Amino acid sequence: MKLIVAIIQPDKFEEVHQSLIDNEIFRITVSRVTGHGQQEDPELYRGQEVRPNLLPKVRLEIGVNDAFVEPTIEAILRAARHGDGTVGDGKIFVLPLEEAIRIRTGERGGSAI
Amino acid sequence: MLAARTGPVAGRVEARAALPALGLLAVLAVTIVVALPASSPAPLPPQHAVDTGATAWMLASTALVLLMVPGLAMFYGGLVRTKNVLGTMMHSFAAMAIIGVLWVTVGFALAFGPNALGGWIGWDPGHVFLRNIDATVGSDGIPDLVFAMFQGKFAIIAPALIAGAFAERVRFRGYGVFIALWSLLVYAPLCHWVWASDGWLYRLGAIDFAGGTVVHISAGVSGLVAALYLGSRRGYPRTAMHPNNLVMTLMGVGLLWVGWFGFNAGSSLASGVKTAQALTATQAAAAAGALAWVCIEAVHHRKATSLGVASGILAGLVVITPAAGVVQPAGAIALGFVASGLCYGAILLKNRLGYDDTLDVFGVHGTAGIAGALLLAFFVRAGEMPDGRSALVQLAVQATGVGATIVYAAVATLVLLVAVNRTVGLRLGAAGEMAGLDHELHGEHAYGLLNLN
Repeated sequence: MKLIVAIIQPDKFEEVHQSLIDNEIFRITVSRVTGHGQQEDPELYRGQEVRPNLLPKVRLEIGVNDAFVEPTIEAILRAARHGDGTVGDGKIFVLPLEEAIRIRTGERGGSAI
Repeated sequence: MLAARTGPVAGRVEARAALPALGLLAVLAVTIVVALPASSPAPLPPQHAVDTGATAWMLASTALVLLMVPGLAMFYGGLVRTKNVLGTMMHSFAAMAIIGVLWVTVGFALAFGPNALGGWIGWDPGHVFLRNIDATVGSDGIPDLVFAMFQGKFAIIAPALIAGAFAERVRFRGYGVFIALWSLLVYAPLCHWVWASDGWLYRLGAIDFAGGTVVHISAGVSGLVAALYLGSRRGYPRTAMHPNNLVMTLMGVGLLWVGWFGFNAGSSLASGVKTAQALTATQAAAAAGALAWVCIEAVHHRKATSLGVASGILAGLVVITPAAGVVQPAGAIALGFVASGLCYGAILLKNRLGYDDTLDVFGVHGTAGIAGALLLAFFVRAGEMPDGRSALVQLAVQATGVGATIVYAAVATLVLLVAVNRTVGLRLGAAGEMAGLDHELHGEHAYGLLNLN
């Protein structure tokens, strides 16, 4: 089991979400976060460029069984890029996942994901 | 200047964006040049004395009607998804900017000039830039400029209402061009027919006290046509699309209710008994609409929702708009009840038919507008029926006005939609729609770290 954490651009969230659903990955957790990598994202307020230090991002957390790791990564990669890939498109982290427990039934392991 | 852009694509996009703006500027420039030679005629002496009481109330009403536009922006803005809040609110504010200029330039001349083109529209070149009413006072003791500005606020809110029908999926540029053309080719003729002293519906004796046909039916029908022509939002109706901020929606509807006193009571063009009657009917109908909607929901869903209260208030306000000056409080309450029932049904029907009138412009404004314009015939105060007609004869006259408005608004709007969509582009592409109007079209976002939606 792996925990896939992806940090993506907010405007690509809906496309990524759709791409995941198309690949039968339905169970996700999403949050708004801020942070920055290399990217700077100037916004216009009354014509003046403002460059914030921390930029809004969307973080996806997806617990998957090993067979779903690559399809999930592929689905995110396909949808999260701007054009052929732009600075700021985000990152995907794959973490080992020790245990998964479904609260409702108490079942553990791969079937609880 | 264009050659200096970074790439050919950037240059092309820029040129495309600049075209409508340049066109508008050219029209403005030509108008100004044409108008200038006669722009400083000797000021006419006022023919009538100013009625300060009436004028003071009309000034207040004018401001109240303008307050409805930010109210509408908040009402609509709260109902869309987080990524589209600013784009949606911009639709209302853009109407203030675009129609605000257009009305002074030629809109008033087209709506309130004497009959032109066989009565299809009005035209008085002297009204261009409001030149020949600079110092005149009407027979009602109200300066003509106050009347023109009061009417101008109605011209602003009508196209802003339509925006709710195609919320979350249109280009800002195309929207701007569309409402400018709609104001000139749909609103101005309808306004002329109903309110100009030589308009054909006015002469027929059709009652439209404060704009049920001109504003609400025309916007409702145009919205329906636009929603059908532009198609649904991506994922509608399969995906649930939750309002991002109902608090803002409720504040918006509150502003609309307050502003509506200017809209309806101001339409008496006086400060007297008729004003009081219109104000009372407005209050009673809005309250009745809210009450009825909540009761229907309580029976249907076992819950009273805040959006239900907001919708009921709006249904009551719209239904009383054509009738405010001619019905008594009991009639106003009856109309408010009926309107909420009909609008509730219209929205259920919409959900069953599956078309995407996003914020129910037809469901509320169209439906309640039509109901008010027709049913008022049965509630007219004794002795106030035009030419002493019976209710049924008046109903036929009202139906003529309603029918003409529906047919004209539908056909003309469809022509404009096709024209704008094929040239400037109105429907937003799938990628832009997914990214949201705020990011895609305006380069801003509305909230900080709030809910993802």
